[in-house]
Amino acid sequence: MNGSPAEDARVQAAIEHDAIAIRVRGLRNSFGDHIVHEGLNLDVRRGEILGVVGGSGTGKSVLMHSIIGLQNPDAGEITVFGESMIDREDEALALRKRWGVLFQGGALFSTLTVAENIEVPLREFYPELSTELRDEIAAYKIRMTGLPADAGPKFPSELSGGMRKRAGLARALAIDPDLLFLDEPTAGLDPIGAAAFDAQTKQLQQTLGLTVFLITHDLDTLYAICDRVAVMADRAVIAVGTIDELLATEHPWIQEYFNGPRGRAAAPTGDADAKKSGNIPAETSKS
Amino acid sequence: MTHAAQFSLEDDGRGAPVVRLSGQLAIAHLGNLPNELEALPGPVAAIDLGAVEHIDTIGAWIVHRQSRAWSCPVEGADADATRLIEAVQAGSEEGSSAVRPLAVPPLQRVLAQIGEAVVMAGQTLHGLIGFFGLTLITTWTLIRHPSRLRWNAVIARFEVVGVSALGIIGLMSFLIGIVIAQQGAVQLRQFGMEVLTVNLVGRLTLRELGVLMTAIMVAGRSGSAFAAQLGTMKLTEEIDAMRTIGVSPMEALVMPRIIAVVIMMPLLGFYASLIAIIGGGFLSAVSLDITPVSFIQRLRDVVPVHDLWIGLVKAPVFGLIIGMTGCFQGLQVKSNAEEVGLRTTAAVVQAIFLVIVVDAFFAVFFTWVGWT
Repeated sequence: MNGSPAEDARVQAAIEHDAIAIRVRGLRNSFGDHIVHEGLNLDVRRGEILGVVGGSGTGKSVLMHSIIGLQNPDAGEITVFGESMIDREDEALALRKRWGVLFQGGALFSTLTVAENIEVPLREFYPELSTELRDEIAAYKIRMTGLPADAGPKFPSELSGGMRKRAGLARALAIDPDLLFLDEPTAGLDPIGAAAFDAQTKQLQQTLGLTVFLITHDLDTLYAICDRVAVMADRAVIAVGTIDELLATEHPWIQEYFNGPRGRAAAPTGDADAKKSGNIPAETSKS
Repeated sequence: MTHAAQFSLEDDGRGAPVVRLSGQLAIAHLGNLPNELEALPGPVAAIDLGAVEHIDTIGAWIVHRQSRAWSCPVEGADADATRLIEAVQAGSEEGSSAVRPLAVPPLQRVLAQIGEAVVMAGQTLHGLIGFFGLTLITTWTLIRHPSRLRWNAVIARFEVVGVSALGIIGLMSFLIGIVIAQQGAVQLRQFGMEVLTVNLVGRLTLRELGVLMTAIMVAGRSGSAFAAQLGTMKLTEEIDAMRTIGVSPMEALVMPRIIAVVIMMPLLGFYASLIAIIGGGFLSAVSLDITPVSFIQRLRDVVPVHDLWIGLVKAPVFGLIIGMTGCFQGLQVKSNAEEVGLRTTAAVVQAIFLVIVVDAFFAVFFTWVGWT
């Protein structure tokens, strides 16, 4: 809405070429008098990991909820894979089969075991699969997300925080989505667990060719796995780009964020760079 | 672009057919393919993926499990397919991971459930007695240091437990009074003793039903609320936080609730009995031609005042039971949200059960002391 006609035409062409997975234009969200978003624009390209950062209360989660249709915006336009998300509350929306969501804290169904949790989307969307095949799929998803082999029959309350996140990720990946939403996946994990989770996310993204929309506060995650970073402030996305591009902008929040003590500590320089790349599988070729 | 996944059998002279898969080997386009492949009898020489347009992990898993079932090689896989098949089979050689809990034979399961229920009942009783002791100790502490009791919390509970319940308890009691009078009158009419309806309404409501029905209503309204509130606070670690700050949850959360319900029960019970008598009087006036004045006069003649005392003595005991089971069950919540629901149910069921058991003891006791 805000872009020039030429740019809009370019974006339209990009959508047709399947290059843009999510497109948000002129989004406005408010709760009562409190305006969360105003004129927010964002494009997520296909096959990238987009990190979304911003101070607390800048509406990162609200943005995610708007995109996946849990929150109906006041105004604006959201398209996912070229389909509009506005006023599409019908539960049968075919798009739901194409994305997986990992909520903060995992949001596992507490009355179901881990394996049953993973099987819920399979059962719901593809009832024709045999029980046996569903069990096998759940079993390899459990392994792929790095959960121990005996995690399947356990209940979420028996798992640690990190394992709960992994189980949530396994459920989000159950139906092989094209698009993955992660809401603070490494929050509350110890640094080793967080690094392992990052490496896992990157590896899965490359293996499965996923587009990832990742909300995070974790600077290490940003440096380690994000292709681009979107910065939210002042009710909108104020900048999108690689970290180097963002460092070149002059917005005070961005400068403080990346050049603060934690930002500098996370920045890969020399030794740290070598160590970090060890965490990530070497193959970076995108298909 | 969206071609459903299909397969065809081709014979290229290797003695067994080659299964040639084509189209989109992704979950959205699989259709009935997995079942058809499974039904296909071996032997199969090879699985050919040359014509597959797109593959995802579920497609890769199906290829993997069929190649394992037929023990045949996979041919013609492109880089994507090879990578995905490797990814899904990684670790599957170490024995597949468990998905379901081990099945237990039915007899053993039933016996285990019975045993578990007995142990649970024992533990609950043990816990409740312990909690009663803890309540007494806390009461003694508060008597010695009255300033530590949170009067604001107590007053707030008075409102929630007592004042807010007036409407529903009043309505319930009024209707119960009408029902007793009406049903009693129908039976007593056979003896021409309709006037005894007054005895029935007066004695029954004051002695038993007024307080008992109030206790059931309060257990449902407030006992459940106590359990759910404390259970949720336990889950969100509020109670642990309190302890670390040096605030005793017994003093800050449990005692105000128990005090409130112990004080409110006699008041609500008295109110309920009164309204039930009014209900009975209303019906007597409307359909039995007993005027309100003669109703009251007869009430004074036939209802001994100790009936009122019997009701009012029981009420605080019932209140204590309701408050204690509610708070006790709430504090037992661990780990997950489902338990809040289970504990809330347990609180109400146990409170009502114990109230009725204790009521039976009271009935025997008061008859024994001659208050008939």
